[in-house]
Amino acid sequence: MNYATTVIIGAGQAGLAMSQQLSQRSIDHVLLERGEVANSWRKERWDSLTLLTPNWQSRLPGFRYTGNDPDGYMDMPAVIDFLDRYARFVEAPIETGTDVTTVRRTQGGYAVVTNRGEWRCRTLVIASGACNIANVPALAAELPGGIQSITPMQYRNPDQLADGGVLVVGASATGMQLAKEIRQTGRNVLLSAGEHVRAPRTYRGRDIKWWMDACGILSMRYDEVDDIKRARRVPSLQLAGSKDRSTLDMNALTESGIEIVGRLVGMRDARALFSGSLGNVCALADLKMNRLLDTIDEWISHNDLPGDIGPAQRFENTRIAKNPRLDLDLNKGGIKTVLWATGYHPDYSWLQVPVLDRKGRMLHDGGVTGAPGLYILGLPFLRRRNSTLIDGAGADARDLAEHLHAFLGGRLKAA
Amino acid sequence: MTQATMEKVTEVNNGVNVEALLGAREALEAAPEAAQFKWRTTCDWVNGTHSRSTVDGFFGLGEEQGRSKSFTVEADHPEQFAAEDNAPTPAELALTGLASCLMGGLAAVAQHRGIQLYSVRATVEGDMDLQGIMGIDDDVRNGFGTIRVTFDVNADATEDEIKALVAQSQKRSAIFDAITNPTNVIVEVN
Repeated sequence: MNYATTVIIGAGQAGLAMSQQLSQRSIDHVLLERGEVANSWRKERWDSLTLLTPNWQSRLPGFRYTGNDPDGYMDMPAVIDFLDRYARFVEAPIETGTDVTTVRRTQGGYAVVTNRGEWRCRTLVIASGACNIANVPALAAELPGGIQSITPMQYRNPDQLADGGVLVVGASATGMQLAKEIRQTGRNVLLSAGEHVRAPRTYRGRDIKWWMDACGILSMRYDEVDDIKRARRVPSLQLAGSKDRSTLDMNALTESGIEIVGRLVGMRDARALFSGSLGNVCALADLKMNRLLDTIDEWISHNDLPGDIGPAQRFENTRIAKNPRLDLDLNKGGIKTVLWATGYHPDYSWLQVPVLDRKGRMLHDGGVTGAPGLYILGLPFLRRRNSTLIDGAGADARDLAEHLHAFLGGRLKAA
Repeated sequence: MTQATMEKVTEVNNGVNVEALLGAREALEAAPEAAQFKWRTTCDWVNGTHSRSTVDGFFGLGEEQGRSKSFTVEADHPEQFAAEDNAPTPAELALTGLASCLMGGLAAVAQHRGIQLYSVRATVEGDMDLQGIMGIDDDVRNGFGTIRVTFDVNADATEDEIKALVAQSQKRSAIFDAITNPTNVIVEVN
């Protein structure tokens, strides 16, 4: 049996930032990592993925990007190297290759059972990520035989896919990026789009993330928004981090020859059925993007920015077909692969502490759960809009480390 | 919500009790079984294509719910269909259901967003190729080809705010969903 005051599960950006914060407060702790540092970035991402934030925005407590391409976007080897260096920089006490199989309450805290023995702790920080399992809708089971079903967790590059057409389901960053790169191999690609969030890569000469950072949108707190439950469900921005900093929107995909259809809502006799609401989800996204641009324009008008700022722009609304396709015969349509880019969810199968709601989601108030001394990091809009970004890990870790420190001192109870 | 919009909400009156709706949302979130509703109608044949439907109770909030009165809705077909034209066609009633659903949602969203409405009209048109229901061409579906809804909204709001109201009302509309997405329909004979 091993003991630490705090056990952190996961050694990605969130766990490492928390380690740094606990060290600052002289709280002894250990990070249990199922693989190596930045494991998800190493093992569970496709080859062409880059960060969606520019390099200068990779900031962790006491550490930041110092390379010569501040406006570029890190590829996966660069992200892994960045986090490896951070782990060494903060001297994080990491137990690698340590897979947590059970967490349960004990008299004075928690028991953490792993494949390499058991840990006991007073406080526990779950930093194992928001994207452990790819969501696959139930209707995937009704796909006719001969069609390959694949998730972004399994996908690496188009060479894996059978020759033939691909139906990409989901129009957030993942679905958009993968549809684009699969189309570039010459395959027929259909993209099924539900609600999505559209944004230009650059606006008025700067990266959209530069503006969102400058305007305070990214650091907006969870207790400052109207409806935090809804804010936590907002899908990721349709962005890619390409060298040419091009915008990845549905108009660009349409131009590349991808057919955009409505949300996949049913399967009947080997026919995929698509919603007739495509026009509205595109209208919602266009309006939402324009509100974001309005916010940026408004901010610019109140701030004296040094350097050149381009003129205000509005982009063409999303073009959709006059009569978008409502169904597709999967036996005859030439589709050989369905790629489910329908989001991810965390894996809590090892967690035997009653802190989940009826849909298996973590109940928490800004990362403070209802179980004394149990904290969660790295979920969408946990404490700030950038809670799942590398740049957001530090502030959340600092807040929760403060809470944890006070809890250890007997000054605070659970949420 | 900022203080400014909070104040605006109290001045705006679209005849929607937003506080009650938000309270109901919170209550139903805590007790999802109470959110399970069943809507009903009973349709009696009158003569020819003329029918009369009666709508009264429904199930919801965990029990049978009565209401202060029953409603009747008639349907028929026009003379061009060799019928007596006693009432709108079922197709027109379906379009009416869509329009009414979007309208109710729009008013509620406007109230919630502090937007005063002065007048709202939705004009709905549904394309139908009768070769479907007449059994002339199996490749033609019975139902609507395309449905177009055009809103004319006079309100204290910018053009984009009005567009956002219309978009949000579609996003949260039961009938918009029922028409745009497939539903299993089980028909039995007693």
